[in-house]
Amino acid sequence: MILLTEAGLAADSETLRQQIRESIKTQKRPTVTVLSSLLAVQDSLGYLPDEAIEEVAAHSKATINEVWGVASFYTNFRFTPPAKHVVEVCWGPTCHLVGATGIIQGLLDEFKLSGEGDTPDGRVTLRYNTCLGACAQGPVMMVDHHLAGRVTPETARAKVKSLGDTNGHR
Amino acid sequence: MATYEELKQGAERRWKELNSRPWIRVGTAMCGQAAGALEVVATLKAKLAARKIDAVVSEVGCLGLCYAEPIVDVAKPGKARLLLGNVTPADVDAIVDGYLASNRVPPQKALGYLAAAGQAPLAGVPDFKALSGYGKQNRVALRNGGHIDPTDIFQYIATGGYAGLNKALSAMKPADVIKEVTDSGLRGRGGAAFPTGVKWSFLVRSNAPRKYILCNCEEGDPGAFNDKTILESDPHTLLEGITIGGYATGSTNGYVFIRHGHDGPINRTEAAIQQAYKAGLLGKNILGTNFSFDIEVALTGESYVAGEETALMEAIEGHRSMPRARPPFPAAYGVWGRPSNINNVKTLAYAPEIISKGAAWFSSIGVNKSKGTAIVCLTGHVQRPGIYEVAMGLTLGEVINDIGGGVSGGKQLKLLQTGGPLGGVLSAASTTVTIDFDEMAKAGAILGSGGIIVADSDTCAVDLTRNLVAFCQFESCGKCFPCRIGTTNLLEIVDRIVTCQTRPGDLELMRSIGKTIQAGSLCGHGQLGFNPIRSALQHFAADFDAHMKTGKCATGGCEKPRLSPTNTRPFAQEATPEAALTGRPA
Repeated sequence: MILLTEAGLAADSETLRQQIRESIKTQKRPTVTVLSSLLAVQDSLGYLPDEAIEEVAAHSKATINEVWGVASFYTNFRFTPPAKHVVEVCWGPTCHLVGATGIIQGLLDEFKLSGEGDTPDGRVTLRYNTCLGACAQGPVMMVDHHLAGRVTPETARAKVKSLGDTNGHR
Repeated sequence: MATYEELKQGAERRWKELNSRPWIRVGTAMCGQAAGALEVVATLKAKLAARKIDAVVSEVGCLGLCYAEPIVDVAKPGKARLLLGNVTPADVDAIVDGYLASNRVPPQKALGYLAAAGQAPLAGVPDFKALSGYGKQNRVALRNGGHIDPTDIFQYIATGGYAGLNKALSAMKPADVIKEVTDSGLRGRGGAAFPTGVKWSFLVRSNAPRKYILCNCEEGDPGAFNDKTILESDPHTLLEGITIGGYATGSTNGYVFIRHGHDGPINRTEAAIQQAYKAGLLGKNILGTNFSFDIEVALTGESYVAGEETALMEAIEGHRSMPRARPPFPAAYGVWGRPSNINNVKTLAYAPEIISKGAAWFSSIGVNKSKGTAIVCLTGHVQRPGIYEVAMGLTLGEVINDIGGGVSGGKQLKLLQTGGPLGGVLSAASTTVTIDFDEMAKAGAILGSGGIIVADSDTCAVDLTRNLVAFCQFESCGKCFPCRIGTTNLLEIVDRIVTCQTRPGDLELMRSIGKTIQAGSLCGHGQLGFNPIRSALQHFAADFDAHMKTGKCATGGCEKPRLSPTNTRPFAQEATPEAALTGRPA
């Protein structure tokens, strides 16, 4: 876990950079690009700190703006540390027809959120997804990479109620 | 290096060994996982270990009957397979103690038996092939789905895999392969339905030292999951198809392009690639011939437009997935500026069977100029949602009613949405339309990615249209301003209609924006972006009238709050003046 307190910032920034360089370097696919490197960092840290943009730029011989251009485009990138758990809920047309609106509303109520985002206690990130790929089981949600289908507002809330304080999504 | 015959002999030996013990197959494609299949696998393994029963448990792909997931398939040596549906961890005792140990079939869960030639049926269990969800399928690309372990190349080879590639490399010239594919009548399954053999021949014309076969599994269409299902069920059939395409076109490299986060398809494809290299079916001098070919997986971030062919190449190169202007076309100037050919997963997955069984066999399936099968994803308000591979030429009604069991809850059919969100909607009268590229186009729809979303009579067409337009707006890549601004305007207007706050002239304004988007966009996203509204206005004018004239939704379904994503592209809420200057979010 990276501490983002004022005092620890300078020392932690170097640790963070090392971690970022490591994840860029250890990508296992042969084609290495700005996008593949950003995905690798996001996979390892869960988000893209400023340092990641800089390190990917240095590694790819690209400008900060070019890298930021890619990072800001794809909606799966985030720029602040994620909460401990990530809950995704599908709003695609199939799930919409079979009750996604109710699932989303139930989760918003549960988390006391008004839209996508993180709960103030840093426990859960709620994301809307255009398609989680299991349409025949709609409505579909995903909790820390685990798909769950045919959910109801009640079962969806029950699934997230039991989420503990340990990191669940990496 | 092993010859194909040696590989085949080894594979058949392993297959025999595998079938000499009890073999339990559990469908764990995304759809099985969403139904809880992984919990069933864990419970099964623990139970078998506790009882010290020597049985193999394999995670397999999809049989197509998503409605019955998780499906557990228990094979005892020499006996017909027993398929159980909607299995939960609580059923594991009945499977292991009841069926494996003492031959008692769990009565509530039995879907059917699958008997090989010479095997007796299982008493008291229906024939699995008599289920319309399975029996009415004609599985070509998905022939191995649910039957073999997708992470074991030897199971693929034992069931006839890589015979097509072996035949192409040992007995056919590249031009013969292209002729075979052209003669088969295979047309692209990504949406445009372009003849595959002809497309391949474009790439042959270039003598560049490096040429690419790109396989598109971006599949961002909500309601379609057939590409991902092929990768999860039988990745080797795709790798074999890509390699055949590589040989036919004189290409050197292949990319399988998948969206980041779809771990099942990614992991199973990468495992298959590793095995193919190890077996000498990829890499240098494949099967001892002069032909060398490499395949790797490339990931994209979340972006629907990344599935557009030139945007896909931009994403592989690591840029924003925004479409390029054409010409030059990919066959001349593709990924990394090199000649490239792009096919959909399904298209390439047909190639092995076309080569091994011949063009005439493939073109005997299907109708008119639509040869072979269609892999449809049937979802929404339907009794038996699933992924069904059927011969072209069936009507939409046959798929929905005979295979899908009709509209769920005994309600009436109101609307169909086919071919992805930009495909628009069809009325209930469209059930007589046949699944045929050209017939569907005549009816104003597209087969596209194969998604068929069913909506019942309680659905408000305006509400569904709003969902489709919101998708279209959210996923506009932003390169062409008519699409970027136009889809945003359209969503604003549709939002007004949904909430019964229409202004005079809204309809005319939408039509005018629709024309502009169509004319002013580089790719299909903008060109087809007005389709959802155009088709909904055509077929469901009454629903719009109710909202616009009487100020009340006819179905009463539009009172719910309208939710859609806030994280719009490109990250609008961070676009402060400081961010513009520094290139960073505020």
